[in-house]
Amino acid sequence: METGALKRKAAQIRMDLLRMIHRAGTGHTGGSLSNTDILTSLYYRVMKIDPANPKWAERDRFIASKGHAVESLWCILADRGFFPKEELETFSRFGTRLIGHPNNKVPGIEMNTGALGHGLAISVGMALAAKRDGRSSRVFCLMGDGEQAEGSVWEAAMAGAHYRLDNLVGIIDRNRLQISGPTEDVMGLDPLDDKWSAFGWHVVPVDGNDVDALVNVFEAAPEVSGKPTLVLAHTVKGKGVSFAEHVPKWHHHVPNDKELALALSELSAELGSLEQIKGGQA
Amino acid sequence: MAHGIPNRQVICETLLGLAKEDRDLMVLASDSRGSAAMAPFASAYPEQFVEVGIAEQNIVGIAAGLAHSGKKPWVTSPACFLSMRSIEQIKVDVAYSATNVKLVGISGGVSYGALGMSHHSLQDVAVARAIPGLTVILPSDRHETRRMTEALVRHEGGVYVRIGRNPVEDVYDDDEGEFVIGRAVTMREGSDLTIIAAGETVRVALDAQELLKEAGVSARVLNMHTIKPLDEEAVVRAARETGLIITVEEHSIHGGLGAAVAEVVVQRCPVPVRILGIPDEPAIAGKSAEVFRHYGLSKENIREIAIRMLGSGEERPWTRSSF
Repeated sequence: METGALKRKAAQIRMDLLRMIHRAGTGHTGGSLSNTDILTSLYYRVMKIDPANPKWAERDRFIASKGHAVESLWCILADRGFFPKEELETFSRFGTRLIGHPNNKVPGIEMNTGALGHGLAISVGMALAAKRDGRSSRVFCLMGDGEQAEGSVWEAAMAGAHYRLDNLVGIIDRNRLQISGPTEDVMGLDPLDDKWSAFGWHVVPVDGNDVDALVNVFEAAPEVSGKPTLVLAHTVKGKGVSFAEHVPKWHHHVPNDKELALALSELSAELGSLEQIKGGQA
Repeated sequence: MAHGIPNRQVICETLLGLAKEDRDLMVLASDSRGSAAMAPFASAYPEQFVEVGIAEQNIVGIAAGLAHSGKKPWVTSPACFLSMRSIEQIKVDVAYSATNVKLVGISGGVSYGALGMSHHSLQDVAVARAIPGLTVILPSDRHETRRMTEALVRHEGGVYVRIGRNPVEDVYDDDEGEFVIGRAVTMREGSDLTIIAAGETVRVALDAQELLKEAGVSARVLNMHTIKPLDEEAVVRAARETGLIITVEEHSIHGGLGAAVAEVVVQRCPVPVRILGIPDEPAIAGKSAEVFRHYGLSKENIREIAIRMLGSGEERPWTRSSF
């Protein structure tokens, strides 16, 4: 998918996830909005996947280590045809497969995640297996920035560099907010780029809400052979909804009817202007 | 008698024998290849070995990732750290995600003797047992450990195995027989009471059975190598047919083998159960045998308790004819 279409897709996914969260009355709105452009770039352009054959051995793997922001992922997997779109109606309902964290009973989900600090170690294992089996699969692991406070992240960071896993791409959704407030107030993380560099990773900072930039980075990785890549994706929590952007309470605030209508009108307007660009280009 | 071969070495030798034919078989160590006796495996099959360093959360996560990609990873790490430090990874990445990871807690129980509570692993069975879907096994001697290892290589699913550090006296006469996960082994038949043990305490139970025989008491001995899934039928049969149960374990009295047996007994066939294990305190330091003796995990103590239970109407409110 070319990047203009990716931008339109991201706007559509944002609308889908807001409707889904509103319907369910629960969800991690802010973090899902911030990571939508990252997931859209991966699932519609970068990753080698086959929705008709989700267990295809040569596929690329995606691990949502920040499992709480799963709403964008549910909407994308449904949209890509891993499961029927109508199932999004069941999100967070009694007995559903579409729970508030990735669940590997759903096609397209590799591993159950949700407890923070687990995903990168799992990804290291997957990348190591691909290397030892001579497969070309890449592994993409999305982490939260608040998650960086988990010590297990750094255990896995060490191992990724030690085993020279250049088929491994770690991504940090650096939106600078966690549930209790700004990350730098809760537990200071900066300079994150230097920390990851010091751990032996090739660090690439990027605007994490710019699909052009994201696609370039993901497609170029690994830029350095023998090193895993860390994409430090600077994003806006609540991205795409003016009144949710940069506001801590939207970590898992659910839009009321009025907020939903306003958010959808903003995103529709964005979609409209993106369509116009498309029309202009055509 | 002890044969000079610790169970960890038996696991390594067995995996070494299978690894050539099964290139997906892998061993992971957390700076523990020496203590886990896995150095020969690391040398023989470097492509099937992963050193993770002193990082028990990471070792389980990496193993889960490898298993997800079709590998058959065996994590070998001190039981005290593996069962506690990485329990969330065991719960989520192994059990919940249903990955085929074998977790071998080495130097479990009080194997680390004088190193103290930080290095004793006396809560691991309780913790592992509470995790849905996780199989929990304590093999007894070298024969059983070899058979168990072969069975687990064929078995798909998450398993926590706990073994000790030192050579273990044989409890089996020979290398024959099959290891069936979840099925207790009746080591000795008996009708007056049943002693249920696992791991290194099976030897203690067998020795107690000999003493009781001399005293004219017929004790059944069950080797409950699989604590989960527990062989409930063997427990129920023991309760119904012998009327009294004594459990013996190298573990806290809370949440281990005795608790697992008692849960079944009280719900299905109430008879007196006496749980022998380490009381609710940091275990005293010393060699395993000394610690066992201190806490009454000895053939003499089991004999005394058995005779007292048999002789006391109060301790035996139900008779076999009640069922």
